[in-house]
Amino acid sequence: MAIPFDQILIQTVTGLVNGMILALVASGLTLIFGIMDVVNFAHGDLVMLGAFVGATTVAVTGSFWLGLLIAAVTLAVFGAAIQITTLRPLLGRDPLTTILATFGISLVLQKYAIWQWGPSARQIVEPISGQFQLFYLQYPWYRILTALLSASIIGALYLFLKFGKYGIWIRATTQDRVMAAAMGIPVPLVHTTVFAIGAAMAAASGVLFGPLGGVTQNMGFDFTLRAFIVVVVGGMGNLGGSILAAIFISLLEAYASLVVSPAQAVIVSFVALILTLLIRPTGLFVPTPK
Amino acid sequence: MLLRLEDVQTYYGKSHILHGVSLEVQPGEVVGLLGRNGVGKSTTLKTIAGIVRPAAGQVTFEGKPVAGLPPYRLAHLGIAWVPEDRRVFRLLTVLENLRTGLERPGVSEAQKSALLDKVYAYFPVLAERRSQAGGTLSGGEQQMLAIARAMMLEPKIILLDEPTEGLMPRMVSLIRDIVQRLRQDGVAILLVEQNVPLTLDATSRCYIMEKGAVQYHAPSAELKNNHAVIRQYLGV
Repeated sequence: MAIPFDQILIQTVTGLVNGMILALVASGLTLIFGIMDVVNFAHGDLVMLGAFVGATTVAVTGSFWLGLLIAAVTLAVFGAAIQITTLRPLLGRDPLTTILATFGISLVLQKYAIWQWGPSARQIVEPISGQFQLFYLQYPWYRILTALLSASIIGALYLFLKFGKYGIWIRATTQDRVMAAAMGIPVPLVHTTVFAIGAAMAAASGVLFGPLGGVTQNMGFDFTLRAFIVVVVGGMGNLGGSILAAIFISLLEAYASLVVSPAQAVIVSFVALILTLLIRPTGLFVPTPK
Repeated sequence: MLLRLEDVQTYYGKSHILHGVSLEVQPGEVVGLLGRNGVGKSTTLKTIAGIVRPAAGQVTFEGKPVAGLPPYRLAHLGIAWVPEDRRVFRLLTVLENLRTGLERPGVSEAQKSALLDKVYAYFPVLAERRSQAGGTLSGGEQQMLAIARAMMLEPKIILLDEPTEGLMPRMVSLIRDIVQRLRQDGVAILLVEQNVPLTLDATSRCYIMEKGAVQYHAPSAELKNNHAVIRQYLGV
């Protein structure tokens, strides 16, 4: 069966767009894992909570951009509070304790969302409504915008880590927590800040995703799962690897849905996860460890 | 008195490592800490740097009790730790490694560049390699970087753990020179070394540890001629 060339191109665009939103979620997750060795199972629920805060703000103020900003700031503060109250006391313990703790946070957040916003889906109105002709499709400009925005947020994060004064603190703490503290870096503050940054990025992804997929209290699980696959495939704690893996997985799913249904296409991600764990457990997109 | 330990007891989990260590360092003094492997020399330094918390005993720095403070607070007070395995940030460049100690509160841009110029003058090879990743340096260069990085804290004391371990002779004499220059700059050093002749030359006093406690203490000049003590505690 030959697949028309225009369909392949359309799926490439879709895969890249989905990949950038996923990369935004996964970079927060991988940053948190890299610095604290905490697998944050509540990460998708931070996406969900951000989306709800964004949806509420957009409904009240009518401004999408204000919704994006307020969601990010609110979740940064909330993330910092979670880190201080729940994760900081568990630092250095068995990884199982932090997995259980974040899993607990995930359940609490989901129940809170049902209680606060109810079970029905919310819609966020997209800030730009135009479309352009992509072969036989009317492709919304908003999708392109989300990809560009996600890429710029990730780019800003990269520049901050590479050149920012506190970026060096984060990178040093990620590499050697003890030595970083001995060099005068306030490691507990760095941990809290990184968790806040990760939560803010999750919130931004939630608001950006809102107009595409709607906002529901159970949307978080899907994000956690996908981001988790991406982080493992990209190499735990490796930022560049996670971004490449997010695009790789999303493209893979987009191409797979050319031949099978989109629901079946998800299987491809799991196959990629299992193959990575079997063949190259350190991650596909990291240099071979010496 | 710059630093004083009184009857410090430290555990790793359930194993009792330090059984009551007492020692003193005056401002600007270079003091040696000798002893066989596994007697608790590195643990003593880690306890002073706040990496491990003492279970009992007093640690005072400039007259104030500091036991139990987190390492970054101790670093700000002027205690710099150069660990045995150097622990250079391997993925950071040489300059970034140095900058980890520079972004402290109250350090002006002028002070930062003056400090960098100073260590580049001490270690010209680090200036040449400032954009290279720390992990790509040779063992000797990593040792220089670890000492230079500690100097970024403008410390009052440097806890120097086996700086010459595994280095070739040319590097060993370079490290010896650096210890002398730091002494001239008025920085106190607590030096843990396996190289006994070097330690006796570089220091004014030495403590000898055995079984997690200080067993012997003497001026280095005196210890040099006391072959019986050196044989008994150090086996050389």
